[in-house]
Amino acid sequence: MSMSLDEKKQSVIEDFQLYDEWLDKYEYLIELGKNLDPYPEELKTDEHLIKGCQSRVWLDYHIQDNRIFFRADSDAIITKGIISLLISVYSGRTPEEIAADDFGFVAEIGLKDNLSPTRANGLVSMIETIKTVAENAR
Amino acid sequence: MTVKDIRTQFPILDIPVYGKPLVYLDNSATSQRPQAVSQELVKLAGSANANIHRAVHFLAGKATDAYENTRDFVREYLNASSREEIVFTSGTTAAINLVAFSFGEAFVGEGDEIIVSAAEHHSNIVPWQMLCERKKAVLKVLDIQENGVLLPECLEKLISERTKIVAITQISNVLGIINPVQEIVSICHKKGVPVLVDGAQGVVHSKVDVQQLDCDFYVFSGHKVFASTGTGVLYGKKKWLDAMPPYMGGGEMIKSVSFSGTTYAPLPEKFEAGTQNFNAVPTLIPALTFHKACLEDKEILEYQNNIKEYIYSSLTADSRITLYGRPESIQDKINLFSLAVRGAHHEDLALILDKMGIAVRSGQMCAEPLMDRLGVTGLLRTSFSWYNTMEEAEYFVNSLKKAIEMLS
Repeated sequence: MSMSLDEKKQSVIEDFQLYDEWLDKYEYLIELGKNLDPYPEELKTDEHLIKGCQSRVWLDYHIQDNRIFFRADSDAIITKGIISLLISVYSGRTPEEIAADDFGFVAEIGLKDNLSPTRANGLVSMIETIKTVAENAR
Repeated sequence: MTVKDIRTQFPILDIPVYGKPLVYLDNSATSQRPQAVSQELVKLAGSANANIHRAVHFLAGKATDAYENTRDFVREYLNASSREEIVFTSGTTAAINLVAFSFGEAFVGEGDEIIVSAAEHHSNIVPWQMLCERKKAVLKVLDIQENGVLLPECLEKLISERTKIVAITQISNVLGIINPVQEIVSICHKKGVPVLVDGAQGVVHSKVDVQQLDCDFYVFSGHKVFASTGTGVLYGKKKWLDAMPPYMGGGEMIKSVSFSGTTYAPLPEKFEAGTQNFNAVPTLIPALTFHKACLEDKEILEYQNNIKEYIYSSLTADSRITLYGRPESIQDKINLFSLAVRGAHHEDLALILDKMGIAVRSGQMCAEPLMDRLGVTGLLRTSFSWYNTMEEAEYFVNSLKKAIEMLS
């Protein structure tokens, strides 16, 4: 883990600022989605499904040396890009770090405001799920 | 009349979205409202706002007149035989719930059967399921063909001696196919079974004559046909409405109330409990007037037909796109297209189109059983209205192709 949580968030914000147009930001999210590590088919169960998304999102995690590692998948590629973004920031952090974080960087890159309400709900659900995992692991 | 003339009546179409012109193609979810409708709403709220029917004062008289004149107007529009057969509701959903409850109370018992089609939206499924649960009745489903078409002869086989009512959509909000409701009504009536026609989409695409159709109930929402939200119409044959108990109890629907018993008002007030949406209901007049003018304008009809043919041929020519609801003749389909794209999720497509200024619908479109029947998790739907232009249609097709390329 080279970057601290704050550094990583800052770098994501800067990456996003490279694109003026939302279509270009989507292109970027699509790329992130395509490059997300494969997720095991057998973990695409209701248990791993995040509620509140129009598309299906599955999230799995394991804890090693007091750090939480997430993996996820979605049947929609932009959603997959968004979850990939969250994983790149939060995977490998300690439960304390994640639980104490306000996830404000999501608003800072304008992601939430620029999603349709259903998609925004989905994003909130993803964040809530990650937070709950961290809270339970403390 | 040209499409340009129509567009001037819809100022909302000029608002930019993300700096691009708005292309509104989600008309099956709700239509935009012409200026005459928004003005009527403001006018009534500002000059005739008083609770209708009971009070003797001046404003109440104005509000009551506006409301009751609308009933006469809607009666004439649907060609119902009397104004008692026109009940105002908050929309299609409320109207179907009313019939499912009140008709069910009067006529449905244990072991009886109700028939709906596989192409219904939730509003024409769930109220009947609730009735079946309450009465231990059975909900039977009339299946569709692979291309989405409904076969009346299959309905004939499905009807039994226990069938109490058939509830069927005139046009599915997903498939856009015009169902043979006239034939369905005649089949049902031969077996003595009444029919509820869900006209939520049907009223938008055809001139409705309930006497000619001879259906027992016809329901629609105002907001899909240019009127204010929260308005809706239930047409019911008097013989049924008379025989049905009230749906909700409260103000307006009573004749006399005492703790030893209450008697109910005559039709149609019997079914209009509580304070009615009296500011909004009169917007049905300018809305349906506008709509009728378009439906009767050959130039406009031809223009919209050209758009339909263009969209149909563009979408079917692209091998990446699967179109759902494909009757043999395009004349049996309205300008509404639901599609899936190989390798691209409907939600991704809708999201990218949104950023191009295009409003379309994605997902299950309130018809989950139909999605299951079609074997999809959701679809992308585009639906056109009188104010949509050929340029918008071309922009949609080109943008859809761009979005598909972005995602593949």
